Amino acid sequence: MSLDLIVNGQARHVAAAPTTPLLDVLRNELDLKGTRYGCGLEQCGSCMVLVDGEPVFACAREAGTCAGKRIETVESLADHPLRAAFLDEQAGQCGYCLSGILMSAKALLDRTPHPTRAQIVEALEPHLCRCGTQSRILRAVERAAAALPEGAQRLGAMS
Amino acid sequence: MSATTLPLSFVNNPSPARWLRFDPDRLLHLAVGKVEIGQGILTALTQIAAEELDVPMDRIRVLSGDTDAAPDEGATTSSLSIEVGGGSLRLIAAEARARMLDRIAQRLNCAPAEIEIREGAFFRGGAPTGQDYWSLAHEVDLVRPAAGNAAPKPRTAYRVVGQPVRRVDLPAKVSGAAFVHDLVRPDMLHARMLRQPARGARLAALDEAAIRRAAGGELRILRLGNFVALLSADETVAQRAAVAAPAHARWENMRAIVPEQQEAAWLVGKPSNDQIVGDPLPAASGKVMEASYSRPYVAHASIGPSCALAEMRGGHLSVWSHTQGVYPLRAALARVLGVGAETISVHHAQGPGCYGHNGADDAALDAALIAREIPDHCIRLQWRREEEFGYEPLGSAMAITVRAVLDDAGRPIDWTQEVWSGSHVQRPAMGGNLLAHEALPTPAPDPRPTDPSEAAGGGGTRNGIPHYAIPARRVLHHLVPVTPVRTSALRGLGALPNVFAIECFLDELAARIGADPVAYRLSLLDGRPRAARVIARAAEMAGWSGRGKGGEGHGFGIGFAQYKNRSAYAAVVVEVEVDREVRLKRVWCAADAGLVVNPDGARNQLEGGILQAASYTLKERITFDATGVSSVDWASYPILRFSEVPDIACELIAADEERSLGMGECTFGPTAAAIGNAVAHALGARIRDMPFTRERVASVLLGG
Ligand code: FES
Ligand code: FES
Repeated sequence: MSLDLIVNGQARHVAAAPTTPLLDVLRNELDLKGTRYGCGLEQCGSCMVLVDGEPVFACAREAGTCAGKRIETVESLADHPLRAAFLDEQAGQCGYCLSGILMSAKALLDRTPHPTRAQIVEALEPHLCRCGTQSRILRAVERAAAALPEGAQRLGAMS
Repeated sequence: MSATTLPLSFVNNPSPARWLRFDPDRLLHLAVGKVEIGQGILTALTQIAAEELDVPMDRIRVLSGDTDAAPDEGATTSSLSIEVGGGSLRLIAAEARARMLDRIAQRLNCAPAEIEIREGAFFRGGAPTGQDYWSLAHEVDLVRPAAGNAAPKPRTAYRVVGQPVRRVDLPAKVSGAAFVHDLVRPDMLHARMLRQPARGARLAALDEAAIRRAAGGELRILRLGNFVALLSADETVAQRAAVAAPAHARWENMRAIVPEQQEAAWLVGKPSNDQIVGDPLPAASGKVMEASYSRPYVAHASIGPSCALAEMRGGHLSVWSHTQGVYPLRAALARVLGVGAETISVHHAQGPGCYGHNGADDAALDAALIAREIPDHCIRLQWRREEEFGYEPLGSAMAITVRAVLDDAGRPIDWTQEVWSGSHVQRPAMGGNLLAHEALPTPAPDPRPTDPSEAAGGGGTRNGIPHYAIPARRVLHHLVPVTPVRTSALRGLGALPNVFAIECFLDELAARIGADPVAYRLSLLDGRPRAARVIARAAEMAGWSGRGKGGEGHGFGIGFAQYKNRSAYAAVVVEVEVDREVRLKRVWCAADAGLVVNPDGARNQLEGGILQAASYTLKERITFDATGVSSVDWASYPILRFSEVPDIACELIAADEERSLGMGECTFGPTAAAIGNAVAHALGARIRDMPFTRERVASVLLGG
């Protein structure tokens, strides 16, 4: 049993059953540990990744349903303004929730490069942060939006 | 500094070599016993070492929490890391610096005071000497114990401490692997548990074939008495087995729980160990006022379920854990396994925020027990979400009655805080058991629940004595040793419920005589200028004087405490809107934590404490069904969400001349109290029981 996936822009062939949760494939087959297990119940957002640009709970998504689709994880954000903005705002305490939050924020900024506070809150609503870092996280997303280069919308959609 | 005032970590680890090593490539290796639990401690400790030694922060590598290679500093608890760990490191670093300076001075035949240190290199008269820490390291004995008399730098010379430097651990956490969960070791097996539903339950039947079918891959089932582990090289298989297993197990000798036991009120009148802390009875006589408040059982509810790795190789057990204390965990593991501590190494690896004693240590024992049975493999044990909620030690419910005797002016002259509570610390070193120990063929003895001593800040009594100038103040503490669920340390222990009760009751007393809550508090703070200052400042930030008369669904409230009556001071003002439910609009906080090593990190802690306390106050309660905890996911145990987060403004009051005060928990009680008071202001009626659910709002609005 094997799967062909496109992860962070690279074609990847993995030996896993199509029913394997995407979370397990990313973490254990592809060693992408930034996608984290929090509940396995689609309730916390720790495992959020993008599939064809849409936020998806990797804990509950069978990897087989993502064959041929573009999967993005937090590891792909090395040069994205979001990563710098989160560090500039020191938006994190334990940091466990952050990778999923970053992905939902990425999806938002791809679609809406200059979101309002209410749009950011709405995009992050599926996510829990137990440490209470939400205010800094909201500021960090605003800071990243401000730092996006002109034409960011198109750029984001293609990456 | 006299020997008696030296910080504990220093006293227990006086050899500088235990903490510091000058490595090749001009790196300073720093080993500490306090561990990162999301509070930014490694950054603050790095700042302290950088300051005292004049070594750039980016040349410092930190190893924290390791029984092989880091000092024993006990557990990372009670906001003591900066006070005790940081204070110790400062003395150690000052000693190392002094020894190094002595050596270079001897070589150059000059006085140590003539030497200046820049970026770890020695200068004399502004000119490089060609020597630095690293070139001299082999000539200087850092093993010899320090006496603690090397003078640290004067605070006026600080350049790194007091600066808002960036967290050293955060980049990894926004990029990829960062946690114990992410470690990969050779020969790894993924493990999940089928948990004994409660102490004493016996596994009568287990349909292994059904579990294997559900697993859908190669599965090993390990049984030791009532301890059942499910193992596979494929994590998906182990997880599927664990999800299915409870339905295929039949347990006997189950305890019976009734839902009433989930209420704090259930504790009142149960058999208890009683003590009086503070001024003796009898209380003064006069006009007596009384009110009762409560908080239910609550969860740490870490965002990532507990995880541990363990491997047994050549008779030596190695464990990786997000424990709060590697040495206490090692001692506890050694006791359960019946081996010497020297046969075990415990390495700290970072985890999600723990907020106290959660499942981390229990998961470490799970992994260790399996590793002992299956040597030469690395066992990666991951708790499931339902397991974390169902089995972590909870924060105890508390029922509190406050009784005050008033003088003619309506001010309290005698204060009794009567507290009913389960234990607030059941760590293995304090009468508790690691969870799996109770499932073994020779189970653990019954736990002997106690509470931290008053010297350690108390548990159910923590912050039970109001900080105010009241002639007689006491706590009547009823520690109920037998609770329906295991309880242990949760951020602030009894402080949140106690401060909630004190500060809400103060507002009730103020209202009785028509006094403004801020003015009333200030009138009770004779000789307590730091307390008065944070209250006045928070009120000013919030525009308190314009708060209006309330009663129309919009209100302001204040809460104050000095954490443990000896750590940081914090005052919090909250603005709420209440219709069917309570919505936080804005929060203002002023805090005084003495010398602050990292102001941005400190503000982060204040903000986080405010939001977490708000979540406890507004939303959180553990529920029970017949067999145990029934709120085992985020739907049944909701916490604060992004849409519920208020605007927050926090200010640290400059007090650099004062010693550092632990501040990780200081906003907890004041936030809960401020919400209680703001809701009362908004509604003209008071909710005295947490959480402030829709039902509770409806019931006070109906006059219930
Ligand atoms: S782990 Fe997927 S939503 Fe929680
Ligand atoms: S930073 Fe810890 S859960 Fe968000």
